[in-house]
Amino acid sequence: MTLPGRCPGPRSIFGTMKALAPTSEAELAEMVASASEPLRIMGGGTRPIGVPVNGQPLTTSRLTGVTLYEPGALTLVVQAGTPVEEVRKTLAAEGQRLAFEPMDHRGLLGTTGEPTIGGVFAANVSGPRRIQAGAARDFLLGVRFVDGQGQVTRNGGRVMKNVTGYDLVKLMAGSYGTLGVLTELALKVLPASHHTATITLSGLDDTTAVAALSRALGSPFEITGAAHRQTADGPQTCLRIEGFEKSVAYRAGQIQTLLADLGAAKVETDPDTNTTLWQDIRDVACFHDGEGDIWRLSVKPSDAPGIKAQVDGAEALYDWGGGLVWLRVPQNTHADTIRAAVNAAGGHATLIRGNRAGGAFQPLSPPIAALQDGLRARFDPRGILNPGLMGRAA
Amino acid sequence: MDMPKPNPTILARKSQLLDRLASFLPREALIHDPSETRAYECDGLTAYKCPPLAVVLPASTAEVSETLRICNDMGVPVVPRGAGTSLAGGALPTEDSVIIGVARMTEVLETDYDNRFIRVQTGRTNLSVTGAVEEDGFFYAPDPSSQLACAIAGNIAMNSGGAHCLKYGVTTNNLMGVTMVLMDGTVTEIGGAHLDAEGLDLLGLICGSEGQLGIVTEATLRILHKPEGARPVLIGYDSSEIAGQCVSDIIKAGVLPVAIEFMDRPCIRATEAFAGAGYPDCEALLIVEVEGSDAEIDEQLETIMDIARKHDPVELRQSSSEDESKRIWLGRKSAFGAMGKINDYMCLDGTIPVNELPYVLKRIGEMSKEYGLDVANVFHAGDGNMHPLILFDANKEGDLELCEELGAEILKLCVEVGGCLTGEHGVGIEKRDLMLHQYDPPDLEIQMAVKDVFDPKWLLNPAKVFPLASSDTRRIAAE
Repeated sequence: MTLPGRCPGPRSIFGTMKALAPTSEAELAEMVASASEPLRIMGGGTRPIGVPVNGQPLTTSRLTGVTLYEPGALTLVVQAGTPVEEVRKTLAAEGQRLAFEPMDHRGLLGTTGEPTIGGVFAANVSGPRRIQAGAARDFLLGVRFVDGQGQVTRNGGRVMKNVTGYDLVKLMAGSYGTLGVLTELALKVLPASHHTATITLSGLDDTTAVAALSRALGSPFEITGAAHRQTADGPQTCLRIEGFEKSVAYRAGQIQTLLADLGAAKVETDPDTNTTLWQDIRDVACFHDGEGDIWRLSVKPSDAPGIKAQVDGAEALYDWGGGLVWLRVPQNTHADTIRAAVNAAGGHATLIRGNRAGGAFQPLSPPIAALQDGLRARFDPRGILNPGLMGRAA
Repeated sequence: MDMPKPNPTILARKSQLLDRLASFLPREALIHDPSETRAYECDGLTAYKCPPLAVVLPASTAEVSETLRICNDMGVPVVPRGAGTSLAGGALPTEDSVIIGVARMTEVLETDYDNRFIRVQTGRTNLSVTGAVEEDGFFYAPDPSSQLACAIAGNIAMNSGGAHCLKYGVTTNNLMGVTMVLMDGTVTEIGGAHLDAEGLDLLGLICGSEGQLGIVTEATLRILHKPEGARPVLIGYDSSEIAGQCVSDIIKAGVLPVAIEFMDRPCIRATEAFAGAGYPDCEALLIVEVEGSDAEIDEQLETIMDIARKHDPVELRQSSSEDESKRIWLGRKSAFGAMGKINDYMCLDGTIPVNELPYVLKRIGEMSKEYGLDVANVFHAGDGNMHPLILFDANKEGDLELCEELGAEILKLCVEVGGCLTGEHGVGIEKRDLMLHQYDPPDLEIQMAVKDVFDPKWLLNPAKVFPLASSDTRRIAAE
């Protein structure tokens, strides 16, 4: 028998403890207000990033449904626990999409369950199109959330331009449930593209590849994906162009001319092949199988190959023109090795898969850490929302 | 407009404060003579004026830090100032405050085309950021209409937008990193040349916080290569409802123009008399601009014009030359100036859901009649950011108050239909007391809690953003 408001969650995430699963915002607020122990806040539990939280699981997965969808205004209001797949289908029916292309972490992290839209924003998850369209946080227009005292709060709205008061919408995006539990989100959506082409160069070393990506991204031809990866056939450097048919053909031609000195390029225009290719890059498919710790680095693109070269035994997938590096390193590679390389250049590194006992998120400078701790203490004075995540001591 | 009473203790300690500031600032960086501080008594919202105690114009982050440390130590309020172009009173001083202006900090610190960013001191004007990279084909996207004068510091404080943000986003979407000095003088670095700064999104929080959390002295900004070309099309309709429908259909069709601008008849007539752009005399005019190569522009404009034709336009004119494009934009860009020629006006900045456009325009028309004040509309239709201009006579007793009352009613209407009080100008003092129409007390409480963390004594940019009554206890407790 399942108790009301509770559901058995996937074993790997929820452990043996039954998760609290409120079916309304009011019920969620009451649960947080009356909580006497730390809460482990989650959506579908498919993205266990950071040091595992020792606490009573609370999932938003039963807060579901689209509240409002105005295709002509490019806006969608949705409950936080709504599956990403449901959002995708709703938008696709009107020829629209989540332009920031959120990654699905299940393959990389070996998790099961249903990714939720709230989880996407709580972790600010963006895919290859982030370089052109923006990150998840750039598409979040408004939020409702329950803070650490059980107070329901809202910020932002459902319009594109809004500077009314402080932008807590951005603050909530990527806060991993440490400031509040998201209950409802207003999003900006965009039209899906009619056509896609991918221009692929083969055999480039990392440095040449990132330089090629930079050259293309610094052109007027609106690249929406820029990645460099290792395949069974050797290294591939991929550039994506999207839009109306003639425009895509024109820009694909221009990019080939621009990069003609780097060898013959292959142009792929088949929609399904393109979808698979960019989904593989988005979800880091190349590292799904096999051992090894996975690190996610955000760096200045031209620094990326040098940072990778400093880590023994590292393999890399470069996205965002080199600015996003997925590193697979031998198991238990010391965090200091990677952090030292990243810190010297500037940027940040997060341990996504592997032993996270020593911390997963980038350590912050003392003044920034003080601000972050101060904000958490205000939003969650009792320290019950995901304690230990994002650096603050449990 | 109520402002907090000046603190007599601070006024009495003026000479001590000036001594401490003069101990490390060069003479030209410290202004305290009343004849000179008067230049700083207001910003673009000229209806309200108050000279500050002193003005500091630092040349470096270190000087900003030292000034803040001293003011914090002595409990002196600080009003950060960019170029002073705020239309919301965001840089209005109080009598007991020190203005810290970044006007002397205008250097380009680093330009990196491979990684597509520029790092500047924040006193640099918006347009001169683009100016620093345009010879190499690049530009900085946010383009507020004050871009010739406004500073990046103010753009960050107000999260400024512009006509082209439908495609390129506003300041927050183009800001990669900052050097920011906290009220106690601590210098912080957030983000940089990489995407998505680590930790909580403090960059997103600072952007649009109206100078109440810290003073941003340096900024890393995303730059983009300029498009190959751009061309507008002019579409005229005999009803604003149909124009609104056309906007919605264009967006739904999957074309993403860089700009969709809307002007109504009063605005068209005023602009036409002023700039002679050749606009038709109709109820609603749309300027839709797309970018790309010539062929790409043709392809997009074809789709847009097909949609426009379905709604039976009274005018449909595609620009055929660079000169014609310029003229089309000249009308729009001189709209505010044109209105200013014929009248005093107040410019509002509410945003509404795009689909509410016809209803809101109809209601504004009715309210305009009720109040007996003309309202002209010119705005960014693609994103619902309205700029109703209320015409009034500053020399006529009671007209300003009547105008402000109508303005408040229009903004409340924006909120009622699901929009907000301000889309790009900021709250400042102008919309401060309307905040409770947008937010409930707990929503404001948590925003004020953010300020508690960054500025525990509530000294930075006093009396802005929050209704005075809501923030009273905090300011008094800090004194």
